[in-house]
Amino acid sequence: MATESVETNKGRELTAWKGIRVAVTGGTSGLGLALVRMLLDLEARVAFIARNRDRVERLVRERADARGITGDVSQKGDIYLIAIQILGELGGLDILINNASSLGPVPLAPLADTSCADFELALQTNVLGPFRLTKALLGALAATAREGGRPLVVNISSDAAISAYPNWGAYGASKAALHHLSGIWNAELASQGIQVISWDPGDMDTPLHAVAVPDAEPTALKRPEDAARELISEIADHILPVTEASQ
Amino acid sequence: MIPAGVPTQRPPDARLLVVNSGGKIIDMLRASFPTLLRSGDIVVANDAATLPASLFGVHKRTGRSIEVRLAGSESVFHGDVRQFSAVVFGEGNYRTPTELRPSPPELRLGDTLQLGPLTATVLQLLDHPRFVRIRFEDPSASIWEGLARHGRPIQYSHISTPLAVWDTWTPIAGLPVAFEPPSAGFALDWCTLDAIQRRGVDFATITHAAGISSTGDAELDARLPFDEPYRITESAARSIQLARAAGGRLIAIGTTVVRALEHAVSIHGWLRETTGVATNRIGTATELGVVDAILSGTHEPGTSHHRLLSAFVDQRTLAKMDQVLQQHAYRTHEFGDSVFVEKSRDRAADMELVVFVTGYRHDDVLTKAISV
Repeated sequence: MATESVETNKGRELTAWKGIRVAVTGGTSGLGLALVRMLLDLEARVAFIARNRDRVERLVRERADARGITGDVSQKGDIYLIAIQILGELGGLDILINNASSLGPVPLAPLADTSCADFELALQTNVLGPFRLTKALLGALAATAREGGRPLVVNISSDAAISAYPNWGAYGASKAALHHLSGIWNAELASQGIQVISWDPGDMDTPLHAVAVPDAEPTALKRPEDAARELISEIADHILPVTEASQ
Repeated sequence: MIPAGVPTQRPPDARLLVVNSGGKIIDMLRASFPTLLRSGDIVVANDAATLPASLFGVHKRTGRSIEVRLAGSESVFHGDVRQFSAVVFGEGNYRTPTELRPSPPELRLGDTLQLGPLTATVLQLLDHPRFVRIRFEDPSASIWEGLARHGRPIQYSHISTPLAVWDTWTPIAGLPVAFEPPSAGFALDWCTLDAIQRRGVDFATITHAAGISSTGDAELDARLPFDEPYRITESAARSIQLARAAGGRLIAIGTTVVRALEHAVSIHGWLRETTGVATNRIGTATELGVVDAILSGTHEPGTSHHRLLSAFVDQRTLAKMDQVLQQHAYRTHEFGDSVFVEKSRDRAADMELVVFVTGYRHDDVLTKAISV
């Protein structure tokens, strides 16, 4: 079904994904899970990362073609063991999607009531984790560029990175930092042929959103599968060879 | 020389001893390395990331503790993660100098080695009590996870604190296939790469599974370097051909790059896309076919890395370089200072050696030229 929907989007994207090596953090729920399934349908080679081993193994049982990695991007000590497995399993990397996120305090709270520990966790997961993992994988991404590929890092952002929503302080501030980090990194890495983008999927019907806004009406929210489809289309515009994309 | 005992990849005072093609020996800061390059040159580095290749465990038949250091593989293909050559030590760890480490229990064909979550079998004895070929019996995903979680970087006693994996990955590290870091690449941060490219110098990488540098046993050390698989991609080969055809020099970052490129040239007669296993030994008798200069660590005489430099310069120049390194307290080993050695214009000629020592370190500030 996922493949069918994408097929109706742009035909050129179908073949573009075959064999593309993608790593997705936070890959067992919400947008990450939808991305993993859809990318596998498109015959991309996908490694996904998540903290919970049972959930990782469950998804690998569902999709034998997925490479599941148990690890926590908020932990410095996990970054290189994740990187080794991504590169070992995929033999290199074309696209890194930093999707794993932390809300900070749950339930959401004003900054004045946010504990330092909750704020730190949001920064560790939403800023330092993506920074560290990207840095660990930068050599592989640059090698992809030297081989004629168009490597891309996607940092999943939020409108809370731009707008000052009360009670979303830890999440919003950390996503704002990630958003800005993406822009700076994109400028700095242009000389190496690596693109870095920040992408806001919109309000989705995901476990994270349910925790943040328990009384939200799910039908008023975007389905993660729809967001995944939009992101895949966005990515295709970035990774397709310039000559082909411009046709 | 002084062993570099701190795992800092790019200390601000890192030094570089230049031995140029005319026999001049010049002491400078390593950060100035890009100034040695000319527009049209090509710099080639090894982009292999380093596996945590030291695995502690138990020799099941005897119940004795062992450390297995993975030392070689069949190819750099990421799917080839099952079989390795390995050097096995008895109990103890890196804090004991390698040459003082006890031997492992007698290793026999079919012995089982339990290495944390990984199970390995001894497949082949490689003519030395410490040297074997092993096969992991786990699925490849479990092998990668087992190496990532249980493995430690191979380490020697000159560094007292345990190395983390990130200490051993060069900034450009990609595919994790090396067993020890291709440490000449520590010098290359992203600013340096930008500086190189701004000078009109091209940059390419190969992937070469750098093996271990010491086994603790003289007989086995004499067999170093072990066979090392490598891959030169079509785009790297093309960049090198273009640069050389236009008269640019090829500057190799590290001994592994020299070994791989010269091996490929020795097979094909010219440099082209190659996936192979470097079995060559480079030394005095080697006529370099493609490499013009090398940025490398400072190596102790008698090691294979040091011997490789004698393909670039004559023994007298090499001895003078060693003397200057010694006199001016250069740091050695993987986190130490560096040398930049150009292929001499005429290795047989009796060139006058001139040493320029600028003394960037400590309170040893001196700027003078010494004729020798």
